[in-house]
Amino acid sequence: MPRINSPAELEEFRKDIISKRDPNKPCIAICTGTGCLALGAANVVTALKEEIKKQGLETKVDVETKVDVRETGCPGFCERGPLLVIYPEEICYLQVEPGDAEEIISETIVAKKVIDRLLYAAPGTDNDEKIVRESEIPFYKHQMRNLIGNNIKIDPKNIDDYLAVGGYSALVKALCQETPEQVVEMVKNSGLRGRGGAGFSAGMKWEFARKSPEKTKYVIVNADEGDPGAFMDRALLEGNPHSVLEGLTIGAFAIGSHEGYIYVRQEYPLAVENVGIAIEQAEAQGFLGKNILGSGFDFTIEVHQGAGAFVCGEETALLMSLEGKPGEPRPRPPYPAVKGLWGKPTNINNVETWANVPLIINNGADFLSSIGTESSKGTKIFSLVGKVNNTGLVEVPMGITLRDIIYEVGGGVPGGKKFKAVQTGGPSGGCIPEEHLDIGVDFDQLAKVGAIMGSGGMIVMDEDTCMVDVAKYFLKFLAGESCGKCSPCREGIRQMHKILNNVSEGKGREGDIELLEELCEATRNASLCALGGTAPNPVLNTIRYFRDEYEAHIKEKRCPAYVCKELIAYYIDPDKCTACMICSRKCPAEAIVGAKKQIHVIDQEKCTNCGTCFEVCPSRFSAVTRLSGEPVPPPIPEEERTIVRKSEKK
Amino acid sequence: MEKDLNQEAMLNDIVSRLPAFGKERGNLIPILQMIHERHAFLHPDAIKMVGEYLEMAECEVYGVATFYNQFRFHPPGKHPIKVCLGTACHVRGSDIILENFERKLEIHEGETTPDLEFSIERVACVGCCALAPVAVVDETLHGHMAPSKVEGLILGFEIEKEKEEREKRRHESGQS
Repeated sequence: MPRINSPAELEEFRKDIISKRDPNKPCIAICTGTGCLALGAANVVTALKEEIKKQGLETKVDVETKVDVRETGCPGFCERGPLLVIYPEEICYLQVEPGDAEEIISETIVAKKVIDRLLYAAPGTDNDEKIVRESEIPFYKHQMRNLIGNNIKIDPKNIDDYLAVGGYSALVKALCQETPEQVVEMVKNSGLRGRGGAGFSAGMKWEFARKSPEKTKYVIVNADEGDPGAFMDRALLEGNPHSVLEGLTIGAFAIGSHEGYIYVRQEYPLAVENVGIAIEQAEAQGFLGKNILGSGFDFTIEVHQGAGAFVCGEETALLMSLEGKPGEPRPRPPYPAVKGLWGKPTNINNVETWANVPLIINNGADFLSSIGTESSKGTKIFSLVGKVNNTGLVEVPMGITLRDIIYEVGGGVPGGKKFKAVQTGGPSGGCIPEEHLDIGVDFDQLAKVGAIMGSGGMIVMDEDTCMVDVAKYFLKFLAGESCGKCSPCREGIRQMHKILNNVSEGKGREGDIELLEELCEATRNASLCALGGTAPNPVLNTIRYFRDEYEAHIKEKRCPAYVCKELIAYYIDPDKCTACMICSRKCPAEAIVGAKKQIHVIDQEKCTNCGTCFEVCPSRFSAVTRLSGEPVPPPIPEEERTIVRKSEKK
Repeated sequence: MEKDLNQEAMLNDIVSRLPAFGKERGNLIPILQMIHERHAFLHPDAIKMVGEYLEMAECEVYGVATFYNQFRFHPPGKHPIKVCLGTACHVRGSDIILENFERKLEIHEGETTPDLEFSIERVACVGCCALAPVAVVDETLHGHMAPSKVEGLILGFEIEKEKEEREKRRHESGQS
């Protein structure tokens, strides 16, 4: 790997890489991100490579038939993984298994024929409507993939792939053609707002740090993606680490910093590995280190692994953790831009924010500001999960409606269930009901309906989700993650959780809702950092839109969604039970009494309300029913349980 | 006796690796992570050793170590089970999965079975929300979990263990 000492050398080197790559040569790009790996992508890769060897396609000299296998980061469609895309035709195969390798090589690569059964078919349509090209699958068609689109084109462990798609050209432009002030101005004019949650203007943040007279300054990538249900930062760091490094280096140049940190969760081992490799390669080639590209600018990056604390996503807590202390936030001001890491001016931005920087420098401020709404520019990656058909990562322009995200990109709610709410912004966010689905998604519109953008988690909930349970879930999480430094957060959250727990167990009392609202008010106003300040959101928000569910729990001791275990029971309708024994065999608690030709009965003492029997009872019988807010009928006497079949009656 | 030997080996291993780190306070968490990665838990003596190395009070090291979720202070089971309780997993019923593991193994989360075979932990999101509900057993991630899958997983390990023991017994009887 040669060291590159000037912009001219870089262009030379880039040309060389591109000239060696024939765009018409077949290439199988397969996702080996965490999601697809979990679904067995590694075995598919091995099978493909073996098959290529077996069919003698790796040693052929003529470029027409030589095949490359590229292991890439996550392109987003995790629901249908392991997935692969075959270039140059851009054929997209989903849910590929090792056993498919032989056919893929002999049919698609050699014979240029498409394998029908591996193509995308919309749920509920017949085989005629299969889609070949990746970009035409509805999940992708409605996206605008400026940031994540390159993932499938890049092997994150190979810097050449990043250079081949124009990588590090923004760094050259910033270092050699712009002054630091101009770079700050460009980022400011682009309207880029921080993607980590609060949405503060990135350019303004940079300007504060730039203006500080201190000599030593730090820049930090916040990759402590702690919101449960969000994984876009992981996908970017795993799949395209150089784009983050490039953005960070440009930021360091603009601010006047020579040392940077990447603070990444230890729960993301693959991201840690890939970003470590990327730093090594960038250093070897002269994109990091001393005298970068001959510009005279020095910059180094160190990776620090978070140790599992949600609060460390808060910037002052993150700094404490970097200094080797418990991650307890401190009051602001002074802001990190004035007094940050080791008391020096520090600029912290989220992974996705940094990844936007090369785009802005390469294409100009207008490129970003022309996308999105009045107050929020550019695209945003959301992790669309929960009760939705197409789960995965989606990148969409700001201003797209929630309805479009959930129904056009996400393909709607599975199983014919009714949509209830979409939760955005993680534990600090809120649940947005059907009536607000047509708002355009941006920082301010989401805040107006009581939710937040947050880091981009988007969890779809259907009629089977209990909103009291959701609020309880988030408060339990926050109670565990509150650092305990300030009492409004520590005690406020705990008390709220206690009340919610009572409500969900049927011990709720009149006045509990009002008491919750009062506690919310106090916790929000008096907490030291954003964790406590936003902790009441899930409670206030669910009360605002789903007050009737709270009231059903408190007044009728009923859980309308059949979730809260203390308030529900399962019951087998003796008139419908055919004694098929499926439920009694599947019951993990051995709570179902029954035998052949004996109507089954649930022993309510033993039953744990796990719902397995309800799930497995064949729909043609539908004998298992859920009850809430009404007594369970007594079991029918043993002597009446024997089923006499019609044929036997004769 | 064997345990003491193991412990000594562990402490020796830690001593030999400490000098790779500078003595700045900022290295405390990376050092603890190194120990954790190699030995899966923080032994009281290891904590003492780190305190001495960084010239910090032992209680301060404890303060940091207990603050973060990553660190555990007891050895985990041979097969650590991590059940994801992130939001996406929660709405798809992950607490039922956790409950099933707990009932099946007769331990609570955070505990290890008496035979040191299994331990259960809850984690908040492993970032595979699209496959919810998720459980990680050993290093293998299992997506789309269901209560009936829990039983199958554990049964698999038990069969494996029984087979091993039978082999061992056969081997021993063959030798004698």
